[in-house]
Amino acid sequence: MKKIGEVILEVKNISLAFGGVKALTDISFDVREHEIRSIIGPNGAGKSSMLNCINGVYQPTQGSITFKGQTFRHMNSRQVAEMGVARTFQNLALFKGMSVLDNIMTGRNLHMKSNLLMQALRWGPAEREEIAQREKVERIIDFLEIQPYRKTPVGRLPYGLQKRVDLGRALAMEPQVLLLDEPMAGMNVEEKQDMCRFILDVNDEFGTTIVLIEHDMGVVMDISDRVVVLDYGKKIGDGAPDEVRRNEDVIRAYLGTSH
Amino acid sequence: MTTTFPRLMLEHARQRPDAAALREKEYGIWQATSWAELSALVQALAHGLHQAGLAAGQHLVVVGENRPRLSAVMLAAQSLGAIPVPLYQDAVAAEFVFPLVNAEVAFAVVEDQEQVDKLLEIREQLPLLQHIWFDDPRGLRNYDEPGLSPLDALVAAGRVEAAAHPQLYTQWIEAVQPGDTAAMFFTSGTTGNPKGVIHTHATLIDRAMAGARFDKLTSREEVLAYLPPAWIGQNVFSYAQWLACGYVVNCPESASTVSIDLKEIGPTYYFAPPRVFEGLLTTVMIRMEDASVAKRWLFKRCMDLARRVGPALMDGLPVGTLDKLKYALGNLLIYGPLRNTLGFSRVRVAYTAGEAIGPDLFSFYRSIGINLKQLYGSTETAVFVCLQPDNEARSDTVGVPIEGVEIKLAESGEILVRSPGLLKGYYKNDAATAEVLTPEGWYHTGDAGFIDASGHLKIIDRAKDVGRILGGTNDGAMFAPKYVENKLKFFSHIKEAVAFGDQREKVCAFINIDFEAVGNWAERQNLPYAGYNDLAQKAEVYELIRECVEKVNADLAQDELLAGSQITRFLVLHKELDADDGELTRTRKVRRGAIADKYAVLIDALYAGRTTQFIETAVKFEDGRSGSVSADLKIVDAKTFPAVRRAA
Repeated sequence: MKKIGEVILEVKNISLAFGGVKALTDISFDVREHEIRSIIGPNGAGKSSMLNCINGVYQPTQGSITFKGQTFRHMNSRQVAEMGVARTFQNLALFKGMSVLDNIMTGRNLHMKSNLLMQALRWGPAEREEIAQREKVERIIDFLEIQPYRKTPVGRLPYGLQKRVDLGRALAMEPQVLLLDEPMAGMNVEEKQDMCRFILDVNDEFGTTIVLIEHDMGVVMDISDRVVVLDYGKKIGDGAPDEVRRNEDVIRAYLGTSH
Repeated sequence: MTTTFPRLMLEHARQRPDAAALREKEYGIWQATSWAELSALVQALAHGLHQAGLAAGQHLVVVGENRPRLSAVMLAAQSLGAIPVPLYQDAVAAEFVFPLVNAEVAFAVVEDQEQVDKLLEIREQLPLLQHIWFDDPRGLRNYDEPGLSPLDALVAAGRVEAAAHPQLYTQWIEAVQPGDTAAMFFTSGTTGNPKGVIHTHATLIDRAMAGARFDKLTSREEVLAYLPPAWIGQNVFSYAQWLACGYVVNCPESASTVSIDLKEIGPTYYFAPPRVFEGLLTTVMIRMEDASVAKRWLFKRCMDLARRVGPALMDGLPVGTLDKLKYALGNLLIYGPLRNTLGFSRVRVAYTAGEAIGPDLFSFYRSIGINLKQLYGSTETAVFVCLQPDNEARSDTVGVPIEGVEIKLAESGEILVRSPGLLKGYYKNDAATAEVLTPEGWYHTGDAGFIDASGHLKIIDRAKDVGRILGGTNDGAMFAPKYVENKLKFFSHIKEAVAFGDQREKVCAFINIDFEAVGNWAERQNLPYAGYNDLAQKAEVYELIRECVEKVNADLAQDELLAGSQITRFLVLHKELDADDGELTRTRKVRRGAIADKYAVLIDALYAGRTTQFIETAVKFEDGRSGSVSADLKIVDAKTFPAVRRAA
């Protein structure tokens, strides 16, 4: 069975404001190694903002983030990526005209040493490097079962598969922590089940720590080890799925109350 | 025949150690296994299995897609004199219980987590099952079950043993005799439990070689193995003939990449049931619809020419010089690229079998220069009974008896076969064996048919379904329902058909329209309709279907024997026949009896000469709810034709 390790990522007293709008107020939680940690909450609760703070896209107005023992007031996204954090996007940010293979290949770019010119010319060491990287990419393609679409331009794939390619590109970075922004949004039941299986497999096979934002309560409760609940930028619950499900505040905020 | 499968493999490994035996696409690259590597792998597996306790005469179940290592496992089991039993990888867990209990199976080698899960699910019912090895470890890391281990571990253990006792391997192989059981295939009976068909090395190799000689197969053939290995057809093409000829068997990357893999490999020897050919044709046609006007025009011109000239060229008949030139141009512009897109550029011999193939479908492939032929055989006959010679492919026959095969017809019209490739019997089922095998060595195929004037075997129907017309003008004529239904179903507008006529004075039929095809047609005719039932009962649709029925009648009249099966009256059903309503089997075969009971009132109306009939039917929806549909169905007459007498 999987072993949950030490705290790998700690978010302390994070606040984020856009002018007068307070997106996040004093949020603290931690993520342990190898766990699947979900952030849930109703629309506008601040879930994506939270992820964007961890990811270095937004700079929190207050608070700190500790990753693998190093504490940061704010991070930049390249630094975050180099430290082993990858993410997927709610509204897919793939290169639509490029093939599945090339899209995932872009995820390997941080691991490539040759410069742009050498890559463009596919010259000497660049070619050897590409072959080595291709092998890693092929393993991801195999893992995500997207072999039939290797050469297909991403824009021609159905939405559920595009999401899978997005995941594949994030995996190509061989991240230690994977941030997934609503990986199941807009999917049908079958696509959701597939995606759940891949998330669990990634977590299990590669030991990747996963931080997940999701709308679908059923999915979250099934696959998460621990859940953080946000509402209007505040943390209202934190714990194992069962605990959270029993939490009165969460029920009121997220599931609604009967009056 | 004096050899066995493991001996054939050793021979290839000796003569051509570095030649490719198997290829599998993995991580985007075709990875080859040479005969020498294969032999070393089989040796390790044989030692591993021996160490685990597999002994001669015992059964070992193999479940999975076509994977090189699963083929190696079968060879390893056979090297020890044990009997591999391939099972269908898409079967549900409960279907594994009978074969595993019946064959007292203690050892199983399966492909992946899916198959492991299925075996574990039924493990309580299988007290004898001790070992399960899996090829692909994905998702299985956290399984902790007694006797469950990766195939890698078996190979590793076997390698150590093999190094310690290098001479044992060949000794084992020498001890296995051609008359020993080589494999067992379970056939799904339409009733009762499946039956294990026993084949020896001799029966399988004899037929494999006879087939290979018929089509002059060599070690240079390329085959793509993508159908279930538990099906004897696939087994013969990617195992028996593979070892007999020593050609290369290619395993696709996954079930969903077959069409891509097909194009990359470009097999020279190909085998598929009609539905695969139909699927390929549909994809081509759909893509053509989306093409530009100029391309569509060119495609149509070329295909018209191909239809006229292509089959004649394939059959080696004389063709005018101008047509030949035009065809050559068409080949350059359309046929060649099309064959390439389909993955058939290098196909020398392609076979279809299993069910009847539509004449249009069949001639499409022949017209673009693909040597598509039909064959006749079954699990019990080790496939090869009749094959069509290169220049004599017809859509309505299944070919001539090949070397070693004798055919005779029973009184009932049933086809009897005698050949060196017949089964040794059904496993632990002497009663069933006695039913199909006579003491003189004739096998009852259960099919009704006859040898036509050109010496080709023609299959009409299952023998038990063939009936007789009673009374009327055609008294005593043969009635072959499936033959008639198939002819109807070859029209794209007809999805399903059920013909009645046994013990009646004339033949009547229920028709199911193909909603999509007829709907499209109606749109083009500016014919508005509200739904399935409304469309089905349109007078215009009846006219459309009547044309189809009359074409079938004209066709049936061409054959003296079957002229009495012409359809005199028909109706178009108000709902689609559905497996959920018990009208079709899960494999979409009509359940004649159930339909006759359910729609007795319609049958009465057909035979009573009424012109409309009200019917209300209960239906189950996909979400489990039930409801009912009712309609006034029209019943119309169709023209029949006098039988054509032909000089034999």
